[in-house]
Amino acid sequence: MAYRFDFLSVADYAPVLLKGLAVTVELIAVGAVVGVAIGIACSWASTQGPRWTRPPVAAYVELIRNTPFLIQLFFIFFGLPSIGVRMGEMQAACLAMAVNLGAYSTEIIRAGIDATPRGQYEAGLSLAMSRIQVFRHVVLRPALARIWPALSSQIVIVMLGSAVCSQIAAEDLSFAANFIQSRNFRPFEVYIVTTLIYLLLAIALRQILRSAGRRIFGGSAR
Amino acid sequence: MIEFSLWDIVRNLLLAARWTVVLAAVAFAGGAMLGLGVLMMRTARAAWPRRVAWAYIELFQGTPLLMQLFLAFFGLALAGMDVPAWLAAGTALVLWSAAFLAEIWRGCVDAIPRGQWEASSSLAMSYAQQMRHVILPQALRIAVAPTVGFAVQIVKSTALTSIIGFTELSKASTIITNATFNPFTVYAVAALIYFVLCWPLSRASRKLERKLHAAHRA
Repeated sequence: MAYRFDFLSVADYAPVLLKGLAVTVELIAVGAVVGVAIGIACSWASTQGPRWTRPPVAAYVELIRNTPFLIQLFFIFFGLPSIGVRMGEMQAACLAMAVNLGAYSTEIIRAGIDATPRGQYEAGLSLAMSRIQVFRHVVLRPALARIWPALSSQIVIVMLGSAVCSQIAAEDLSFAANFIQSRNFRPFEVYIVTTLIYLLLAIALRQILRSAGRRIFGGSAR
Repeated sequence: MIEFSLWDIVRNLLLAARWTVVLAAVAFAGGAMLGLGVLMMRTARAAWPRRVAWAYIELFQGTPLLMQLFLAFFGLALAGMDVPAWLAAGTALVLWSAAFLAEIWRGCVDAIPRGQWEASSSLAMSYAQQMRHVILPQALRIAVAPTVGFAVQIVKSTALTSIIGFTELSKASTIITNATFNPFTVYAVAALIYFVLCWPLSRASRKLERKLHAAHRA
């Protein structure tokens, strides 16, 4: 007996998929903004901040980069409540994504900062700018422009990784897929459709980040 | 109720970590072989193999590995096979890592100066000969560091196979948590084991990269 594909049975659940898509978009929006903010703060600390901030930042980066996102998520959602830090699944998912992206973007942004010519600092300082001002206006902007493509692809990777958040019952796109296949018993069709939605989302996100980069950094972004 | 000591937790997690290592090794070896094929297509002269390889890479890099695992799990079943979790996990991870390795290596092949291609084709070498004797030996040198770096990604990605029911380190963590009601310790130990597996690879990758750059500067 040949298997007959039935994609119509997925179409009935379109609203569920759309709701899941909205949650995934929410996760990546919060995760990306907070994650990049963490990345900027940590890369500042590890390049120009006080010396004592460097070991903890290095430990944070290495620890996150060398453990799976799933374990980080489980640790935050299941592990932290036992020491009294309780949060809902959405907060836990957003936090895990931000912490994860934060570590990767620290490395990426630091590479951009390291590529800043020495003379630019000196020029900034000679204009009586404070060290923070030099960082904000002279160092950070060109550094971000330089590494924007790498940062964008890391954000896309984290977005795809967010599919795992369904495992702590955050109701994202993959959660919707699991829900639908438990109702219509058509797992293959459901996961094909969901995978394609993820693919389109990844392509769209890449485009959005590229044009955002062009808008923010003007011609200096490659 | 049975009491679980910390040693019980660590010992059982270490036992499960074997399967993480085995799966990662399989994914890496299989992915490398398939990836080499995809690389050949991606850098071929004719347009259609290049396009097929591009679509393959785009598809696997642009979709979540979790979805690929589900599709392998349910897709292989549709093909009439009785699918154990390890088979679906291995298949999906091999396909996934092949796409990434092919793309990494393509960058390395692209980094070889044009003149090398021209010189070797002026010696009447075929495409396969050019690759084997001229391009790949040079590209290999550049490729070592990022390839070792990607091995870290593979080890971490094996964690996802717990979701389709393959009992490796992550799945074992969940099982042990359900028995001990001590998620904090269990997941911390699991994270530590992953760290011990991945960190040496990360360091090696970084060292190799620096070594290569030194060679370039000289």
